[in-house]
Amino acid sequence: MSAEAEKKQRWSAGVQSYASMGYYDADYVPKDTDVLACFRITPQPGVDPVEAAAAVAGESSTATWTVVWTDRLTAHEHYQAVAYQVDLVPGTDQYMAYIAYDIDLFEEGSIANLTSSIIGNVFGFKPLKALRLEDMRIPVHYVKTFPGPPHGIVMEREYLGKYGRPLLGATVKPKLGLSARNYGRVVYEALRGGLDFTKDDENINSQPFMRWRDRYLFSMEGVNKAVAATGEIKGHYLNVTAASMEDMYERAEFAKEIGSIVVMQDLTIGWTAMQSMSNWARKNGVLLHLHRAGHGTYTRQKTHGVSFRVIAKWARLIGVDHIHAGTVVGKLEGDPATTAGFYDTLRLDHVEENPAQGIYFTQDWASMPGVMPVASGGIHAGQMHDLLNYLGEDVILQFGGGTIGHPMGIGAGATANRVATEAMIKARNEGRDFVKEGMDILRDAAKGCHALSVAMDTWGDVTFDYASTDAPDVTPTPTNA
Amino acid sequence: MRITQGAFSYLPDLTDDEIKAQIQYCIDNEWSVAIEFTDDPHPRNVYWEMWGLPMFDVADASGVMLEVDGCREAYPVHYVRVSAFDARLTRQTTALSFLVQRPPEEPGFQLDRQEGPDRTIRYTLRGYASERPEGQRYGRGDS
Repeated sequence: MSAEAEKKQRWSAGVQSYASMGYYDADYVPKDTDVLACFRITPQPGVDPVEAAAAVAGESSTATWTVVWTDRLTAHEHYQAVAYQVDLVPGTDQYMAYIAYDIDLFEEGSIANLTSSIIGNVFGFKPLKALRLEDMRIPVHYVKTFPGPPHGIVMEREYLGKYGRPLLGATVKPKLGLSARNYGRVVYEALRGGLDFTKDDENINSQPFMRWRDRYLFSMEGVNKAVAATGEIKGHYLNVTAASMEDMYERAEFAKEIGSIVVMQDLTIGWTAMQSMSNWARKNGVLLHLHRAGHGTYTRQKTHGVSFRVIAKWARLIGVDHIHAGTVVGKLEGDPATTAGFYDTLRLDHVEENPAQGIYFTQDWASMPGVMPVASGGIHAGQMHDLLNYLGEDVILQFGGGTIGHPMGIGAGATANRVATEAMIKARNEGRDFVKEGMDILRDAAKGCHALSVAMDTWGDVTFDYASTDAPDVTPTPTNA
Repeated sequence: MRITQGAFSYLPDLTDDEIKAQIQYCIDNEWSVAIEFTDDPHPRNVYWEMWGLPMFDVADASGVMLEVDGCREAYPVHYVRVSAFDARLTRQTTALSFLVQRPPEEPGFQLDRQEGPDRTIRYTLRGYASERPEGQRYGRGDS
């Protein structure tokens, strides 16, 4: 067909393939300013993968199911997303589709807007059996329209005056049912024993057994007593998650008024609400913790949903100071390589493409401060060498059960965790092979700390060794040394 | 009480060899090393007195240890800390900080509670030792 005929056919009324409408172009070279997305596509049987990729590009940008003449009132090619690369994932019926979006498609500084396009209608699209957003490249031009973390890792450490070791925390347990007075007791004991932070659980908001205001007051009594007893800055993440922004602001204001250095929010409140809280936290000098409640519903399965690395990226853009990002060794999903990719995405200024860690695009952060990752869920002092090895030192290790479940009490549990942390950092800095000698280092430290010895006896051999559902496709080939 | 600021306060006080090993780790990371002292360990007292300037480009830990000893001799009952500074872009902050001396007696902090309306309380932390003037807070050996 001649070019002219092709052009004419593009506008024939009816249904046309997305690829022929310009949503696929193997020769397209992405611009520096383009937003890029990598989707894992599982087409329905019989659907051409290139057409499926073009459909995703179309449905997440300008297209609808049929030709519309009103496209011709726009510079439509500028607004059409383009699938420019489609690769079969070996040994599967899945394809990786790379799609470029012009930056003009998105409102400045709005994750709500970005997500409504990129993960809007397209995830329910019938010709696809499943669809997963694996990664995104946010161009620096777009990065700069977002506020980023209210404080970031560096500022948080300077605010707390704590350097060179992971920070330690615990979530108050039981999750539900404690009265405010008993709740504050747990806060005090855990902080007094050696933790830096305690935390509300994601589902602690303002229930009949404990209203938020009472919890805040008793928790702050616990925090301040522990500060006086240790001479260290400490904090309790007061969860301000509530039914409306008005309620959330009211709670956050009260937390600030009574001297809390940190508040928290749940992912369930949505991107716009979270970004509002980010603005509030920056304006008021209060650290902002994000609990990723609910993310497992769409991040865990490898063929459908949104990878957590994308959620981590969005969270860094809207700006939170902490986000739960996996433990590798604990009770929740976490392949080591995939988790390393999450941590790099949150902490580094420049992240190189690295498919072995699920990183499909090089990402520059243009000096946007890093987010402190939080490792929480089924971890204990006896894993300290592995935790330090996998997660590094810019991390908050949260031992909930691993503090509160200690047979000698909450304070002893906290002390065991702190001693294990300091002993491991000291040994690493001394040049010891702390991963290999980890248990020896802990046993030596336990000689001077009965609480640690008891912790290791109680949980020493507890592991959660299950296969990950979300592991990268590419595993590095061992090289012959 | 025992003030637990710094990276290693939950371990037994470091020996000089252990201090030296930590300093060597800092030097190997190309961090500058600073020595600071105070007799006001309030956790919001950020600016301890500097024992000279931070040491840049030092070859090994022995030289730094001489300065640590000098500071400890001059201020035998003060808190002394060693801090390493990482000047790399995106860090530009302290990378490690730990105590290398503490006073023999640590009286700790009084927590003052000022009762406000609606059950709120304003908390203020006050070091018992800092009620006395600077230089006279930790008894014999003060200067």
